[in-house]
Amino acid sequence: MKTHKHILLNLVAVVLALAWLVPLVWMIGTAFTEGSYTMSLIPHTRPTFENLRYVWNAVPFGRYYMNTMIVVAGTFSVQFVTVTMAAYALAVLKFKGEKLMFIIIFIQLIIPNDVLISPNYMTLGDLGLTDTKLGIMIPFFGSAFGIFLLRQMFKTIPAALSEAAVIDGCNTFQVITNIYVPSSRAAYISFGLVSISYHWNNFLWPLIVTNSTENRTLTVGLALFAKSKEAVMQWANVCAATFIISMPLVIAFFIFQKKFINSFISSGIK
Amino acid sequence: MKTTLTRGYAVRLSRGMKTNLKAWILLAPSLVFLLTFTVFPILRSFFLGLTQYEFGMRSPEFIGLENYINFAKSALFWKIMGNTLYFSFLTVLPSMVIGLGLAMIVNTKIHGVGFIRTSFFYPVIMPMIAIASIWMFIYMAESGMLDQLLMAVGLKAMNVLSYRETVIPAMSFMYVWKEAGYLMIFFLSGLQNISGELYEAATIDGASPFTMFRKITLPLLGPTLLFVSTIALTNSVKLVDHIVIMTEGGPNNGSTMLLYHIYQQGFAWFDQAKASALTVVMLVIMLAIAMIQFVNADSRIHYN
Repeated sequence: MKTHKHILLNLVAVVLALAWLVPLVWMIGTAFTEGSYTMSLIPHTRPTFENLRYVWNAVPFGRYYMNTMIVVAGTFSVQFVTVTMAAYALAVLKFKGEKLMFIIIFIQLIIPNDVLISPNYMTLGDLGLTDTKLGIMIPFFGSAFGIFLLRQMFKTIPAALSEAAVIDGCNTFQVITNIYVPSSRAAYISFGLVSISYHWNNFLWPLIVTNSTENRTLTVGLALFAKSKEAVMQWANVCAATFIISMPLVIAFFIFQKKFINSFISSGIK
Repeated sequence: MKTTLTRGYAVRLSRGMKTNLKAWILLAPSLVFLLTFTVFPILRSFFLGLTQYEFGMRSPEFIGLENYINFAKSALFWKIMGNTLYFSFLTVLPSMVIGLGLAMIVNTKIHGVGFIRTSFFYPVIMPMIAIASIWMFIYMAESGMLDQLLMAVGLKAMNVLSYRETVIPAMSFMYVWKEAGYLMIFFLSGLQNISGELYEAATIDGASPFTMFRKITLPLLGPTLLFVSTIALTNSVKLVDHIVIMTEGGPNNGSTMLLYHIYQQGFAWFDQAKASALTVVMLVIMLAIAMIQFVNADSRIHYN
């Protein structure tokens, strides 16, 4: 009886999982199948790279790839520094105005950046940063989520360690880089994966900020292509484009799924 | 004696000052960006929301609450608020229920649990813009997968994205598929915190699985449920990417959501004052959602 139930549950789980995969399987299948006007889940022609080749040449995806990677890496690099410094202050030091800082952090946790597109675009205009990669990145340089995550991590590091380092003649900078950063690898990986996924996938803000091929990111490029006249009814091409922009993360996820899932659990901080 | 005391005090004070200074130097970079791109834009929206500032005007003109009064009288505004609420209604609870269901499946010892968990979660790390492009073809009139399926079983093609009645439900279905895996992981970590002994004891007492769910699982997941509901609500209210791809707010504003409307006002119609006033409306909604969390302070910080 118990085993029957177990087998049934297992069957239901597998069927559900397969159903969840349908859009992905269809997208990949279609990306590698010759174009046709009807959709089918099972590819009916020999696999072809023609769609990928066509899309790659028709749309400056190479440029978009470069831009997205610059934005993702640039954002995370700056975040790494700002977040580490702030997290150290909030985890280790006792100072006046701590509450004020927490209030500011809390405001960013409850108000997603997307909500502020209109005023932030004006600020970007004032700073002369519209249609620049820096303009895409700059609102994210301060990260309440990262500060919070790293602060929790830093708090678990025994003060005796840094006291010993101070006696050995380390200054604050050396204490942070020699003790706090290396001991917090797990938290940095979590923050990194969430930050990278977010900025790889982010769409609305880069759409608003950018105005030229030189600065457009992959998501914006895909949207432009999917809405262009060449793409109407051309599922094979749109699927190929979709494949191009989403595969790096999807493949990384299938390899490191445990790490991704654990990181995204921490992304729920509020 | 007296001098030593004074001197000791002076040293202590300056050490405190030094710590203060050090802390604020370390906080300065984050503070500058948080103030410029989170605090300042909030204040700016409040101010500009009280003005008239259309395309071509040199500077904003103060008009008090007129923008808000106009919203209250505008059928379009209420339609958009209705759409936003309807979309949340169709997505928040279903994605939570399904997310919890998926978590319970993944939390059992079944074969291929890694594969199953991966299948449920992968839509989370795909860009919404890519997902919308794929589902666009599923929903497309007649030649799309859904209509092909309907016609194959002898029903009429529905062309779901072109009708007011079906466009939001169709988008909701897609979004529940994407979001359920995300909510699943929070439930999963919540479930793993419940001691297995409780279930063993209940099994010995002869409790049915349903009773165990109602009397053990749900109450102990309380804080997680609350916390997940705020995430789900926030996410559903701020979701717009798919609208750009699928409908651009159509048919006849049938799928225009609040944030998409902010985008239209600010970046298609260049009316920064109205966009700001709408941003204020959005901020109030975000604040209201955040208030839910204050009901239970324990759930404010949640991770494993």
